[in-house]
Amino acid sequence: MSDNIKVTIDNITVEVPNGTTILEAARMVGGDVAPITMCYYSKLKGSGGKCRTCLVEVSKGSEKDPRPMPKLVASCRTGVMDGMEVKSMTSERVKDAREGVTEFLLLNHPLDCPVCDQAGECHLQDLSYEQGKQGTRTDFTRRTFAPEDLGPYIQLHMNRCIMCFRCVYTAEQLTEQREHGVLDRGDHARISTCISKALEHDFIGNVIDVCPVGALTDKTFRFKNRVWFTKPVDAHRNCTNPKCCGEVRLWMRGKEVFRVTARKDEWGEVATASNGETGWICNECRFEKKDTADWIIEGPSRIQRTSVIAQGHYAGTVGTAGKSEKLIDKVIGKEPIYTLDIHKVSEVDNPNVHLSQIAGPAHSTDFKHDIKDR
Amino acid sequence: MKLLLDKAHIEGIRYYDTWVKNGGYESVAKALKMTPEEIVEEVKKSGLRGRGGAGFPTGLKWSFLAKPEGVPRHLVCNADESEPGTFKDRYLMEFLPHLFIEGMIISSFALGSNVSYIYIRGEYAWIPDILEQAIAEAKANGWLGKNIKGSGFDCEIYVQRGGGAYICGEETALIESLEGKRGNPRIKPPFPAVQGVWMRPTVVNNVETIATVGPIISMGGEAYGNLGVGNSKGTKLMSACGNLNKPGVYEIDFDLSVEEFIYSDEYCGGIPNGKRLKACIPGGSSVPIVPANLLLKNVKGETRLMNYESLADGGLATGTMLGSGGFIVLDEDQCVVRHTMTLARFYNHESCGQCSPCREGTGWMYKILKNIEYGKGKKEDIDLLWDIQRRIEGNTICPLGDAAAWPVAAAIRHFRDEFEWHIDHPEEAQTRNFGLAHYADPLLIQN
Repeated sequence: MSDNIKVTIDNITVEVPNGTTILEAARMVGGDVAPITMCYYSKLKGSGGKCRTCLVEVSKGSEKDPRPMPKLVASCRTGVMDGMEVKSMTSERVKDAREGVTEFLLLNHPLDCPVCDQAGECHLQDLSYEQGKQGTRTDFTRRTFAPEDLGPYIQLHMNRCIMCFRCVYTAEQLTEQREHGVLDRGDHARISTCISKALEHDFIGNVIDVCPVGALTDKTFRFKNRVWFTKPVDAHRNCTNPKCCGEVRLWMRGKEVFRVTARKDEWGEVATASNGETGWICNECRFEKKDTADWIIEGPSRIQRTSVIAQGHYAGTVGTAGKSEKLIDKVIGKEPIYTLDIHKVSEVDNPNVHLSQIAGPAHSTDFKHDIKDR
Repeated sequence: MKLLLDKAHIEGIRYYDTWVKNGGYESVAKALKMTPEEIVEEVKKSGLRGRGGAGFPTGLKWSFLAKPEGVPRHLVCNADESEPGTFKDRYLMEFLPHLFIEGMIISSFALGSNVSYIYIRGEYAWIPDILEQAIAEAKANGWLGKNIKGSGFDCEIYVQRGGGAYICGEETALIESLEGKRGNPRIKPPFPAVQGVWMRPTVVNNVETIATVGPIISMGGEAYGNLGVGNSKGTKLMSACGNLNKPGVYEIDFDLSVEEFIYSDEYCGGIPNGKRLKACIPGGSSVPIVPANLLLKNVKGETRLMNYESLADGGLATGTMLGSGGFIVLDEDQCVVRHTMTLARFYNHESCGQCSPCREGTGWMYKILKNIEYGKGKKEDIDLLWDIQRRIEGNTICPLGDAAAWPVAAAIRHFRDEFEWHIDHPEEAQTRNFGLAHYADPLLIQN
């Protein structure tokens, strides 16, 4: 008997190893079946279960015990059983619950996307975009926090935080001593160092990459550019820090390096590096090396996520071709929940215009005509 | 019948000498002659249900405890009694500490826990001293420590004070807090019976549950199981408060009717100043509030009794729950909107902030209720509140989300016209209360 067990998610059956979570199984199916995660991070131990966006309905517990689970379960922390049947995007209950969670997450979010450096690669943006709700049902003053300085590299915007705890786990698992954590409880819980201490550990910069929203951003990139105007390029260097893989993504405009981040996989998580370990990068690579001469350029990055960043792509580097076409047939003819296609409503997102083909800074006029008209 | 509080009136019962003179520690002596399996079997036979609120059968919970070789097991007593309206455990610990310690020793023996903990809420500042004194007395007389009374069983009991957080009454949050971490509930599974304190198998029980173990061993599980009605066995402590002539802690039989509990002189002695009953929360703040007409009789017209099944009859729609036994009575002068707002504020303040529906939803509900109470409400707010509670309930890590959602849901379900009146008459609502409307006390209508 093999160790693999069968699980059916949205009518698609996959075989997964025993001990897999529902979420990991759904990611193996791919596409819209995989729930969006705000707090779960497969590279961080103990993460998940908090944001409740990945709730799924278990309509059949297992082959042995076919009773459905009474409550929706957090797919990131629930293991699969043999013969389990899960409804993710085909369940109305799940859809309703996720709408609720999205509303809760946005309830006190400042919605300052126009000035937020995370805009364009923000998971909360993706989540609310996917839900497609435009109005708000609250007219209360949004919760605010006093600003806190975390040193010269990391900018904390506590107002934007959704309390995913990812950065706390990162600090616990990557650095020798934990320098920041969660203070207070309830809706006034906040990420803090308590004594306004600078975060200075060599690897603490990775909290910027794991942050799903704009709560932790790169101070060296602050207000310099919008992510969709910069062009992602894979590069590496021989970093002297033995724990750093040195494989990064440079975000460039022309020859100028605006920002250095770790490479992300299709779920927005830091990708596995060539040495087989998670590609965390050190602060030196991230904050100090802002010159192309420091790096060996590998070529344009392949952008996997269907996010606004995909606009700043190089021709032919976007998309996860294959899986999504078949998906609609399989999930009983249900359309994906996208309610509007940004490419249809925004001039700036003219899909015929590739930023890589524009010389110099992009202006709105560049997007108003097709390339051949210019 | 009084099993727990029968000796409460004796002067000096708090001290070991008086306690032993009145038959104390006989149950422990009897238990130590039994095998642990026999004790678990007795508790199973007794049909004792967890007294902390959920009413899970204790014997069953004990039998779920994983027993891997070479791994210590722990018993943790949940004395973090923070539910508004509930103060029965405080009474037990303050006046009958030895009854509680007896239960701790027997339960530890039954579960094979050599180190047991009592996690007590921080606000009970003076009670840990009483408990520690009782533990010291028990230890001095050989009921705790190494090789208790020659049985070969070692047991130590430690009292740990909490920091005063409601959420630490949730068993996994309590375990986290006991370990010295932030009191955030853990995600289950794994359950504490498999991985609890220090990742070792753990049983977490309420004070009253553990205190009941002593009497069960003394009288035998079967005799205890013969008391009570249906699946509600034995007796229960109720802490009655609110608009009552005689608020306090009462030990009740499960066949007592709600009407008798409120109005008889033996118990709460009726409602002061000749006021009429408006509503009641029979089991601590997180169970649904019910109006008088549904409290005394269920929808089928049967008299409601003070037990798990009878109070829950009708489900969440027309019933409520016995919960932890915090019996809060509201008379005709009380405002349900204000009452619900107070509860919402409590849950907003006590939410741990870990999962988003509870963290954001409780605060939102409180703000809306505050608006309604202070005359700034809108008609849509009631439906919005309903929608918020619906999306919190069942979607959170721990039951605090449900506990925050149910009172709001029940208040809207049963008292919608009062909410509407508040919104329609914002100025009048500041000066007077809505009163009874059609929730009039059926008793007084008959007379």
